[in-house]
Amino acid sequence: MRRQRSEQIIYFLIRMVMYSIVLVIGYILFDIIRNGLPALSWEFVSEYPRKSGAEGGILPAIVGTLSLLVGTIIVALPLGICSAIYLSEYAEQNRFTAMIRLAIITLAGVPSIVYGLFGLGLFVLFLNFGTSILAGSLTLACMILPTIIVSSEEALRAVPRGYRDASLALGATRWETIRTNVLPYSLSGIITGSILGIGRAAGETAPILLTVAAFYLPRLPNSIFDQVMALPYHLYILATQHPEADKVLPLQYATALVLLLLVLGLSLGAIIIRIHFRKKYRW
Amino acid sequence: MVETSIFPADTDHVITTRQVNFFYGETQALFDISMDIPGRRVTAFIGPSGCGKSTFLRIFNRMNDTITGTRLEGEVHINGENIYENGSNVVRLRRKVGMVFQKSNPFPKSIFDNVAYGPRIHGTKDRQELVEIVEKSLIRSALWDEVKDRLETNAIGLSGGQQQRLCIARALAVGPDILLMDEPASALDPKSTIRIEDLIGELRNDYTIVIVTHNMQQAARISDYTAFFYEGRLVEFNATKKIFTKPREKQTEDYITGRFG
Repeated sequence: MRRQRSEQIIYFLIRMVMYSIVLVIGYILFDIIRNGLPALSWEFVSEYPRKSGAEGGILPAIVGTLSLLVGTIIVALPLGICSAIYLSEYAEQNRFTAMIRLAIITLAGVPSIVYGLFGLGLFVLFLNFGTSILAGSLTLACMILPTIIVSSEEALRAVPRGYRDASLALGATRWETIRTNVLPYSLSGIITGSILGIGRAAGETAPILLTVAAFYLPRLPNSIFDQVMALPYHLYILATQHPEADKVLPLQYATALVLLLLVLGLSLGAIIIRIHFRKKYRW
Repeated sequence: MVETSIFPADTDHVITTRQVNFFYGETQALFDISMDIPGRRVTAFIGPSGCGKSTFLRIFNRMNDTITGTRLEGEVHINGENIYENGSNVVRLRRKVGMVFQKSNPFPKSIFDNVAYGPRIHGTKDRQELVEIVEKSLIRSALWDEVKDRLETNAIGLSGGQQQRLCIARALAVGPDILLMDEPASALDPKSTIRIEDLIGELRNDYTIVIVTHNMQQAARISDYTAFFYEGRLVEFNATKKIFTKPREKQTEDYITGRFG
């Protein structure tokens, strides 16, 4: 009787915790949508800002964030997946690889401003890329690499050993085996983890603050060596640095809403790709 | 095992091992195994769990290479070639030495793609040729009639016994001479087991089959020769009839009469 009772209490508590999390997230979303939607319009997403962001749209910030994300994906995805393949399929499991893993996990926990400083030192100054899309993308890529590596390695390890054995026993080389019978089955997991990382990159302010983001630049970039505005940084400026912070409050909310929609779009894309691969390779 | 008199005079030895020792890291799993395995016969490896019979089987297609920290001493010849010599081609070896695993492991792809997988990686691109290979292999593995109308469906939907026959078809599709079977029926129901055993009986005239089994009745039913392993050593190797009627060694007799294992 007492055991049954404590079971009920635990169940109740766990459910309440879950509800409270959903509630908090729901409230944040509700607040952003309620305050941001009125200010959101086609002009807002398609026009250049005027009067240091107090009027006009946020097109350069949207384009800036998108180009940063594209750059980040181009750098981080191949590097991350290749590292994960090496760790999971090729590397011997010894003290050295254990140390590499520990380093990767530690890197995942490093504060993002440290990545910003690292990017400033290495890409902006030492490699002389200047504050640019290139430097910003590389910095963001470094920041999300650990996430991509760890989640990709887990996805690869989840593929049953039997598939590898069967393929090798048929005379396939190790790489043929990975390419045809390991990677395809783990792709949905790899993509999920990567999107998580990329979504985080989309919202980060600190790493781009020092490596790419422009305070106010009402034009589009011409090359990867240009500075750009970016949504999270623009939001930060509007909220804390703008002389008329109260007046631009609706614009802050609308900017946040656009950023949210962007990340949501990414996640949706990931879900669609996942469903596609789940269907194709059912196991 | 010095004497080779257990075979008829004209026997062609396809697999020959000499003083094979095998190690997992520091642990020695096989001790000084020398044996000759005849071509186009069924040879069964029996023995209690952990006796090294599966490890020994996996030496013939170098599958143990995929486990880090393993080491082999001694010589293993297949069709006259020392397969552990430097420069020996593992890919070519595994084309000639197919393997069927204990747990059926069809790829989560269509039945057709499963069987065509081997030929494709070895360079067969022509669709018509692949269709013929797939059909031939599935007929050989006695699965064709059950799946010919749904070759494009996912192999995971097949029953356990069908999956295992599909794995046999997949192995046959690359054209091996030797088939290694690692307890191929141990996870199957009795009916499916009999189908696999019948299939082995049909394949025995064209392939050299080495089968590891837990099931002594199975060894007695399907094999021509039987090797009994115990604690990493080859205790006795003889014609199956002799092993099961007049074993020479006390350990063999104890095992087959069910006194241990």
